[in-house]
Amino acid sequence: MELPELTIHKAHDLLRQKKISSLELTRALLERIDDRDEKIGAYISIAGEMALDQAKIADEAIAKGSISSLTGIPVSIKDLICTKGICTTCASKILKNFVPFYDAFVIKKLKKENAVILGKVNMDEFAMGSSTENSSIRITHNPWDLSRIPGGSSGGSAASVAADLCLASLGSDTGGSIRQPASHCGVVGLKPTYGRISRFGLIAFASSLDQIGPLTKDVTDSAIMMNAVSGYDRNDSTSVSINVPDYTSFCKKGLNGLKVGIPKEFHSHKGLDSEVDLAVKNAVKTLEDLGASSVEISLPHTKYTVAAYYVIAPAEASSNLARYDGVKYGFRDVDKKNLIEMYKGTRSQGFGDEVKRRIILGTYVLSAGYYDAYYKKASQVRRLITEDFTKAFEKCDVILSPVAPTPAFTIGEKAADPLTMYLSDIFTLSANLAGIPGMSLPCGFSKTGLPIGLQIMGMHFNEEKIFRTAFNFEQATEFHNKKPKLL
Amino acid sequence: MKITHNEVMHVASLARLDLHENDVEMFAEQIGKILEHVDTLDNVNTDGVEPATHAIPLSNVFRNDDQKEDANREAVLSNAPEQEDGAFIVPKIIE
Repeated sequence: MELPELTIHKAHDLLRQKKISSLELTRALLERIDDRDEKIGAYISIAGEMALDQAKIADEAIAKGSISSLTGIPVSIKDLICTKGICTTCASKILKNFVPFYDAFVIKKLKKENAVILGKVNMDEFAMGSSTENSSIRITHNPWDLSRIPGGSSGGSAASVAADLCLASLGSDTGGSIRQPASHCGVVGLKPTYGRISRFGLIAFASSLDQIGPLTKDVTDSAIMMNAVSGYDRNDSTSVSINVPDYTSFCKKGLNGLKVGIPKEFHSHKGLDSEVDLAVKNAVKTLEDLGASSVEISLPHTKYTVAAYYVIAPAEASSNLARYDGVKYGFRDVDKKNLIEMYKGTRSQGFGDEVKRRIILGTYVLSAGYYDAYYKKASQVRRLITEDFTKAFEKCDVILSPVAPTPAFTIGEKAADPLTMYLSDIFTLSANLAGIPGMSLPCGFSKTGLPIGLQIMGMHFNEEKIFRTAFNFEQATEFHNKKPKLL
Repeated sequence: MKITHNEVMHVASLARLDLHENDVEMFAEQIGKILEHVDTLDNVNTDGVEPATHAIPLSNVFRNDDQKEDANREAVLSNAPEQEDGAFIVPKIIE
């Protein structure tokens, strides 16, 4: 096995035994990025020198006997998480040259463990999209089939993990933006419970829905990343002060007594691809063989999820993105001599179409006369969607579903029709509206060789049962060991 | 049409966006379709349902109003499109 193909935990073992150094590992990854990322397009910026310096510091720490699970481990970071001294663009022209002077909470956490940051990875502009096609910087290709999208918005994160251009990545998930690309690229992606990980330094899209989480090569690595970046932060008023468990301790054998819930609404969804449906049904059988029992549950408001989400998320986005005015940072239209014209010129040239679409939609649903009909109504339905989950979890420990209705689609296929793109988020949006954790785990391949993901959702702050379910499934199957051949 | 050209232009102006004529047409059509889908929410009985604006119960977080070193002025100004004498420069506001 080549060094870039290692999981975090295998690389950690080799580092601890001093069979490899972080410098070797980091160099191997930088060479591979140099060699292969032209085809994939995962990275927006590569922090090569900084990464090599971090690797040297990690090696010094290891030599002194100070090693934790992430010491010397090279990772990629979605380009909307602020990294001190490394350009953070949100894949937008409006932040093209923005260099943060501070680190996000999660970056501080990674640095504290002496992890190595290789660079920043591509995404849909301001995390708005399901294909990474809305990036103003570049197109990212799916490592399993270069003519297809990697998913989005954390498409660069998922592609960089799948193509072994990093050992793990941090992404963000507002409506499925970690889970859907993880599913399309055949990696493990976790959206933790809202409030589990501080959003300080995460550039905001929809603040009541955004959550940072890991994309990794296996379930154990996901738990290792969660251990590192979880926890309370006084700089994020929505961060929750609950003890952080050792997530790796949940990765142990045995599913006896576990009840998995199967929502009848999800599996009767008319856009659901038959191969995806079959892969998920087979996954349920595998879990039953391992000792779990399944029970049918109902999430009756599922069909209203897309409608509620595409009021709430654009409403919050229109407010959050008001800050891009060309005054304090980012792009400015310097040709305009009057303040209002400068605002308009800056924002019109700085934002791409999808961002403009959501700002207009969000401003509209919040405007006088429409607020009650749209925003208030959607927020009421949000409560009903959340209550559906509360009731369902009385009957089961975890809920299983597809992640995306189909495997990865081809580049350009849905770009012209936003509503069709939005409707494909049906299985992932509800976890954000309810604030519950959800994981995408490789559970099969289409006949054409495209990865298919299984979604495992749990109750608030019950990542434990997700990890237990996912770990046992992974141990019993081989899907996570398959690598893309095109490279 | 669920949302008219004029409404798109008005809302865009509120959001400080200038749109090309072709874009107004495109956005009116696309946003119209999305709003038609959003109208399915009318089928849900929400009488007496408290709106949920957050995913988890939240309460205000307070801190003492103490002076502390956060970021220095130079760092804060480091990304400014235009700056002078420790201040952000903007086009003339009052004519």
